[in-house]
Order: sequence, then structure tokens, then C-alpha cells
Amino acid sequence: MGTLPEPFAAWFAGRGWTPRPHQLALLRAGQAGESALLVAPTGGGKTLAGFLPSLVDLARHPRPGLHTLYISPLKALAVDIARNLMAPVEEMGLSIRIETRTGDTPQNRRARQRADPPNILLTTPESLALLLSQPEAGEVFAGLGAVIVDEIHALAGTKRGDQLALALARLGRLAPGARRVGLSATVAHPEPLRAFLSPSGEAEGVRLVQVRGGAPPELSITLPEGRLPWGGHMGLASMPEVYRRIQAARVTIVFVNTRAQSELCFQALWRLNEDNLSIALHHGSLTVEQRRKVEAAMAAGKLRAVVATASLDLGIDWGDVDQVIQVGAPKGVARLLQRVGRANHRMDEPSRAVLVPANRFEVIECTAALEAVRHEELDGDAPRPGGLDVLAQHILAMACHAPFHPDDLYEEVRRAAPYAALTRRDFDDVLGFVENGGYALRVYERFRKLFRDAEGLVHVRDQHVARQLRMNLGTIVETPLLKVRLRGGPVLGEVEEWFISTLVAGDCFIFAGQTLRFEVLDGVSAVVSRGGEGEPRVPAYAGSRMPLSTWLAARVREIINDPRKWRLLPVAVQDWLKLQRRQSMLPPKDGLLIETFPRGGRWFLVAYCFEGRLAHQTLGMLVTKRMERAGFGPLGYLATDYVLATWSAFEPTEVEHLFEEDILGEELEEWMAESSMLRRTFRNIATIAGLLEKNHPGQEKRPRQMTMNADLIYDVLRKHEPDHILMRATRQEAAGGLTDVARIGLLLARARGRIIHRSLNRVSPLAVPALIEEGREWVAGGAEDALLAEAEALVGEVTGGAELFSGLLAEVTEGIAIRPRDVDKPRHRERPRRNRFIRNAPKSLGQA
Amino acid sequence: MSAAPIHLGGERLMLDPAGVLHWPARRTLVVADLHLEKGSAFAAAGRFLPPYDTRETLSRLALLLRRWKPARIIALGDSFHDRHGASRLPPAELEALHRMLVGIEMLWVLGNHDPEPPEGLPGMAAEEVRDGPLVFRHQARPAASRFAMAAGGEVSGHFHPKATMATRAGGITRPCFVADGRRLVLPAFGAYTGGLDARDPAIAGLFPRGARLFLLGRERLFSMNAGPAPQPALTGTAPG
Repeated sequence: MGTLPEPFAAWFAGRGWTPRPHQLALLRAGQAGESALLVAPTGGGKTLAGFLPSLVDLARHPRPGLHTLYISPLKALAVDIARNLMAPVEEMGLSIRIETRTGDTPQNRRARQRADPPNILLTTPESLALLLSQPEAGEVFAGLGAVIVDEIHALAGTKRGDQLALALARLGRLAPGARRVGLSATVAHPEPLRAFLSPSGEAEGVRLVQVRGGAPPELSITLPEGRLPWGGHMGLASMPEVYRRIQAARVTIVFVNTRAQSELCFQALWRLNEDNLSIALHHGSLTVEQRRKVEAAMAAGKLRAVVATASLDLGIDWGDVDQVIQVGAPKGVARLLQRVGRANHRMDEPSRAVLVPANRFEVIECTAALEAVRHEELDGDAPRPGGLDVLAQHILAMACHAPFHPDDLYEEVRRAAPYAALTRRDFDDVLGFVENGGYALRVYERFRKLFRDAEGLVHVRDQHVARQLRMNLGTIVETPLLKVRLRGGPVLGEVEEWFISTLVAGDCFIFAGQTLRFEVLDGVSAVVSRGGEGEPRVPAYAGSRMPLSTWLAARVREIINDPRKWRLLPVAVQDWLKLQRRQSMLPPKDGLLIETFPRGGRWFLVAYCFEGRLAHQTLGMLVTKRMERAGFGPLGYLATDYVLATWSAFEPTEVEHLFEEDILGEELEEWMAESSMLRRTFRNIATIAGLLEKNHPGQEKRPRQMTMNADLIYDVLRKHEPDHILMRATRQEAAGGLTDVARIGLLLARARGRIIHRSLNRVSPLAVPALIEEGREWVAGGAEDALLAEAEALVGEVTGGAELFSGLLAEVTEGIAIRPRDVDKPRHRERPRRNRFIRNAPKSLGQA
Repeated sequence: MSAAPIHLGGERLMLDPAGVLHWPARRTLVVADLHLEKGSAFAAAGRFLPPYDTRETLSRLALLLRRWKPARIIALGDSFHDRHGASRLPPAELEALHRMLVGIEMLWVLGNHDPEPPEGLPGMAAEEVRDGPLVFRHQARPAASRFAMAAGGEVSGHFHPKATMATRAGGITRPCFVADGRRLVLPAFGAYTGGLDARDPAIAGLFPRGARLFLLGRERLFSMNAGPAPQPALTGTAPG
């Protein structure tokens, strides 16, 4: 056990604190010049532990220039930490200059920071990348002693993490002596994080300091009164219970899984809010000012509850939060713990959290998550290779900094753990793309951005290229968004363009906690007014739902399969499983249960795969393709986190063949080519790689001819040069990066020879939730056209044949018009038409 | 493939789901906004789009020439993405274009992107083309609508109209024709041409009594109504 030097010892003692063992361990590592990764639960004094060695060193040996660089995933967190750090520094009378540098830092201060850097600089990965692209980067970082990466678990494995890893590799060259400190929440696998942090890209170079324990969280599950819902994910039936708990606690965070869900839960709570409690809303589509307002109100203790999405997962310490409520299944254990840790941000007191499952499957999932937390088991994904799009950005940034030799840069890049296995061919092709597009048709020679001198050094063409790069830096790609503006009033936030494109004047929707009526599109924003008649819609956001983690899926399967574990479940769920056992069978732990049954003139096939929605979606495409070939006439399918359901015109037989491993061959190739997921991936890659201009939030829309539609580029490139580096990057990310194809492979391998087919005469109890799920996919291959025909024909029916033009058009595709709206409707459809509580809500909250 | 007939200024015209117009009585194919060499225009500005857009656009056009066998083509302007576009045509594409146009009367209507006649290419250039009751120009003229109603019909491009149809699987967006009895706006044909929502005031304002939209499909068109242009001044509510 070491001790703290003065004046630190006195400062700790003055507050009645004793240094924690991990704080001292980090101090020792720092004094030995070693890099270290600290893994500790929230509230363990982690940040101070990270800074302590730097503060002690600077107190002993004051010196000008940059000593410590701190990187956080959140701008707000960097600002907050700087504030918290300033207090002890001032109280101890140390002369240490601490500053932040983020996208919000004014231009003149940035310039000054480059000329005269502070001792401690707090920044984000994007601002660091920008700084490293400057010609002065060498001088700024030459004397750097330490790099601290906060919330490293939230960065590693993402594209922002890739960018940061490349930046760290560059720092390793500019300041070889700088040690590194990583701060992480509790994770299942610290090894990849050590490698991520390491100057060599290998875990061995980093000391691991792990803090176990802390008080275990107190978790419980609460169910809605009355009937337990069969389907739906919104959890609105439980809102009365949630409201009662908000009343009973001081400050509550109500976490939900999607923005749409946050809007609906917020509305439901306000409808119940007879005491006019201050309840606010926080999600990523609201304007930054509104989010900051909520955060400030929260920090000032002015709120009783905030309904939040992942936008509050990380970040500022709220201190006084004494209850976390998770509505809907948590989808992953690590994620649940992160959220739970938002309550009682102190390590010695237990965090209290309540899980509110929205349907029967979610009850099982919540139970599985609780079990996992009790046994201190975590889930986590294996590291994936770094993105080539991020590499393209980095290569250009490095050229903007100073001329480089490709051999040296290749070696440097491979010291970043995500790029340790990067091949020279991929590196050269990415370099070629940055230079002149790297196309087989060499017509862009005269537009090249990089040129090589006689020594083989690569130079950037001119300052115009550098300016363009700096505008485009960063790996966060916004989907096309439209502002939502109140007529004659403020902007409320942004929703995805496609959602607005489906509205006609007079339609109403729920956003920013209010019901809004769409009036008109004025080119840059959707103009709305408050109120509105009729059933409001809720904007959904593509890809906003987290898939179930593999590991939690396995636990769910285990609970269902083992009746001894059923005692953990509420009676209604036990009865449901018993019914399933009687009418069909329980999905086996290792095999794959497939049920087929007729219903409403069609044949349903339900496969109990438990591999998460994304994997099931892919599997659905592959299986329905094969059903098409087998002549079963598939009409559509649906993927939930637990099952895959398809429906077809004819009875599927010999279903084992539909789930053979070889569907991952030819059918997968075909699917990959058409998939909308691949197009989304391409759009992101093309933007990050600098092919497309980034959507700058808040920026006015460019004239139409200046913007480029990524789908059009994708179609042309796929047809004319399918092996271009950007297409390779897209396929790599879609197939390898997203784990779903790998998960399907494992599932099919596991199920081989163990597929059990139950041919039933009616729907089985476990299949019911799938049949009432929203979000069906139709069968690919001209299906969009079939949907258009259907929609057109529906309009024709409504207008009583007045639409003469329809007569000229081909017949509506048969079958696809049937709409399986069986059994039961999601709860939120029972909403009353008007909502006076929202209108009466205090302005600051209603708009929050 | 089924083309849809519409009547404009008393003439029977065929809307091809590929996004072009055929006028059988005159054996004329009308195509809007080819934006050839858009890829290289972007490359000059530092964005290396795949350099295959001209090749792609021309091969699609070649297909339509085989389908309709026109004696004349009217390109409704913005045929090149910028005024130097024609001079950047790669040799192979330049040759393909010459070959395609053998025996066809080519009329280049000038657009805002290509205000000068393309150099070294066959055909004639004009600000607008009048033929019988129809006038072909790059951009529709709002002020001309009354005259156009009396005199016949107007066919134009420029706006790249697209529209979204709500289906049970969400909205599906496609380029579209926009038409009423006297005016027709064609979708953009170029491989790299995006679109502008047909409800945008710039387009909707041309059709004060509403229009019919024809969304492009693989084999056919899908039609829907677009209501009268919104008039914010009348329907607006007081703020607050």
C-alpha cells in the first residue's frame, strides 16, 4: 500500500477521504511510466484515479506545455470533467492549466491552444483527429506525458474507436514516451480493451487494474396490473406502476429502448400525472439546447423523472438519481448494468433498479438478465477489424499533417489494435482511393488529391483538399433528417426525412412530448402546429432497436427449456410455457424447433432460433428465398428477437432443407447484393471515406444538384466495379462486422441433424407474440413494386373506382394484400384521441 | 413492361416506366436531365464518385432506343452536369453516343447546367422546342400556364420530381412524372440524379389544382394523386 504525497494527502484528509487502492495502483503505474487499464464499476472515483498521477507529477515538476491529454466519447463529459478537476487543483493551489477542446471551442481559442497548449487538455476523438491533421501537431504533442481514455468500453469496437485507435498510434510516434490510461466500466472481456489501449497493439503492454464488487445492485421486475401482454414492446400497460414508483422516489431515470418508445411512455406518464410532477423527456432527436436544458434541470435537482433513451447511457454524473426504471427488455447484461449504474453513482451504496418487461418473452429475458447480474456474468462482443473507411479518412488527415512514406504509415497503422491484421493490399487500395478514387477506369488522374515526390513521400495536393477533409472528419454519420418546426415558433428537433415524406397535411404525430399536426414542407423543415385530430403516428428511426445479445439469448433459451427454472417466472408466464409444452413442445436447448400451422388461408412457419432480430431478419430473407425455389409461395416474414415467422401460400414440408447451412452460400450472396442493410452500410462508408459530403446537423440544405444519393452510387459501382475497395469494405462490414451472419452460421451448425418439425393444426402459444408483432418484412425481389401496387389499389377501392387510371395498370399481386392482423392489437392503439395533459404541461417540460 | 397513355394538349403520349416519354404520332422520345459526366464534375471538386455514370446512363438510353425506335430524341436540358461536361466524355462513351444517334434527329434543349450547345456532338440545340400543340422546355414556366392551357401542353424536366407512397411496409420513394391536363414534368433520367419531393412548393406550385403522380416501377407505373398546392397563408394558425 502506498500513500499520497502532499498536498494531495492533506486534500484527501480534509474531505474525510482515504485514497482507494485502485487510485494508488494507478499512481504507482504512472510513476513507473507504465500504461494501465482501470476496470471499475461506476462511482469508484475512476476519473480522479486516472488524473492523479498526472496531477502529482505536475505538482512536483511544474512545466509549460501539454502534459496530459484526456479523451472522452462525449463533449459534455469532457466539459464536466474539466470543471470537476479544476476544483481540487485550485483548492490545492496548484498552477496547472486545464482546458477543453471540442467542436464548440471557438476558433481563436483553438489557434491559441495550438500555439500555447494547456497542461491538461480534455477533448473528444473527433477533435483529436482534427488536431493531429494540423501541421503543428508534432510540436503540440512532443512533450506529452500521458493519454487518458475515458469510457473506453464505449469507444472500442465502434468506428469512433477505430478513429481513436489510429490517433493513438500517431501519438505513439509523436510522443513515444507517453503512457496511457484507460478507464472502463465493468466488462466481460478486458483483454481487447488492453490491446486497444496498448502502444504496441498487444495487451501485454498494459497493466490491468480491476476493481471488483462494490455493493451489488438491487434489481427487481415489475409486471403490469391485470393481463400480461402477449406482444408489443412499448410497455405502456405498466405506466401506472412506473408512475407510482416515480412518486415514491426522489429522482428517477426511466430508460427505454427506442425514441418512439420514449415519446409514447412520456405521453402516457403525463396522462397519469395528476400531481403535476416534473417529468421530462431526453432523446437523441431533440435539439441540443433542449437536451442541455433537461440535463441542467436534472443536475439542479429540479426534475422528479426523465424518460430517456441511450442518449443518457453515458455521461455526466447526476448524483441524486435514486432509482432507475428500465422499460422493455434490456437486450444485454453489460448495457443493463451501465444503465443501472446511473442510479446512486456511489460505489458503496447499491444501485436500485426496476425492470419493466413489455410482454411475455421480455419477462423471461428480464429474468435471465437478473440471473446473470446475480451471478456477475457479463456479455460482450468480440473485437471486429477496423473500418477501411475510417482508415481512408486517417490517411488523408496524416497527409495533411505532413508528407509520409506509405511503408512507415502502414507500420504505424498496424500498431492500432483494430488494424493489427490489416493487409498491405487493403492499405494500398485505401491509399489509392484517397489519391484518385482508385477506380479501374483511370480517368481522375488530373484531379488527384495526393502526389508522390521523388523519394516516395506522399504529399497532399493543396489547402483546398485539407479544408475539405477537416469539414468531413469524424465517423458519426447522420441519416437524412428534417427539422420539425412549430409554425411561427422554435425548432423542436429532427426526424428522419422518410418519416415526414409519408405524411400528408393534417396528419398528426407525436414528437418532443407533444401531439403535432403536419402542415407543410418548406424545403428545410417540416412545419407543424400543436394538437391535431385522429390517430397520431410516432416517428421511428431506422436501426434504433438494439438486438438481443447472443449470450442473453442463450440464457433465455435455457430458462424456457428447464422447468425447474420456471419458479423464477410469474404464474402467467409459467402457464403460457406449460400450455406450449402441452400443445406443441418447448424449444430444445440445442436443437431447433420449427412449427408449421395453417391460419387465415395461409401457412405459417415459426422457427425458435433465439438469435436476435438482426440475425433473424437475415435468416428470414434466406429462408424465404429457398421457400420460393421450393414452390411454397412465401408471402412475407417477420423477425423478433426470439423467433423467425414466415407465411406462405402453400404448406412448407421437409422444412429441414430450408435451414441447411448451405443457404449461407448462394442465397446469401444474392441477398447481400439487394439488401437495404448493405445500402445503409455503403452510405455510411462512402460518407466516412469522403466520397459523399457529410450532413452537418443544423446546416441549411444544399441545393439539390449538390447532394448525391448514395443508393445511386452503390448501384452504379456494384454494376461496373463490384470489387472496388469501397464495395469490399461494405461487404466486410456487413458480413463480418455485424455479427448476425456469424450468428446464423453458428445456429445452423448447432441445429444440424437436430431440427424438430411440429406440424400443428393451429397457432401454438409461443408463436402468438410473433403473429402480433409489428414490422413485417415482405419477400424481396420486386416486392417493393408489389407493395406500391397494393397501396395504389387500396386508394382505388376507397375512391370507388373514380381512379380510372388504375384500370390501365396490371393486376395487384395476389396474396400480398392479405394482412395478418390477428389475435390482439398492441396496447398503445387504445390511446385516447386528445391529450389535454400535454397541453397543460409546463412549457419547459413539454418541450424538453 | 407496360407504358401508360396520357393526354396532353389533345395529344396521346406514352409514359415509360423507365422515366421517359414517347410521342407515337411524332416518333419522338423525350428524356430529361441526363446529367452526363456528373461523376467527373464531382471528382474535380474532390469527391471521387465512380466514373461510370455516363456509361450507365447511355446504356439505359440505348435500351429505350431499341424499345421505341424513335426518329427523334428531345433531351430536355441538363443533359450534361456542367458546361464542360461534353468535353470530358471518355473516348469510349463519346463513340457510343455517336453510334446511338446515327439516323436519329437529336434536339438538345438547353438547361441551367448546360446553357451552351454541347460541342462535337450531333444534333441541334435550342432554348425550347415547339411541335404542334406541345412545347418542350427545360423548366416549366408558371406564368405560361394560362396560355399553355389554351394553346396545348408543356413538357419539361429540371425538378427531378420524386414521391413517396405510403405502403404497409413504410413509405417507398421513387422518381415520378407529375402531370395535369396541360403540363407534364418528367423525372430525371441520369444515373446520378437524385430527386425533389413533388410536394415541394417549387413543383406543387406549378399545379395549383393538384396533379397526378406516376411513380416509376420496374415494369409499370404506380399512380397517386397529389392534392392542390398548399397555401400556407390561408391554412396557417396563429403562433402560440
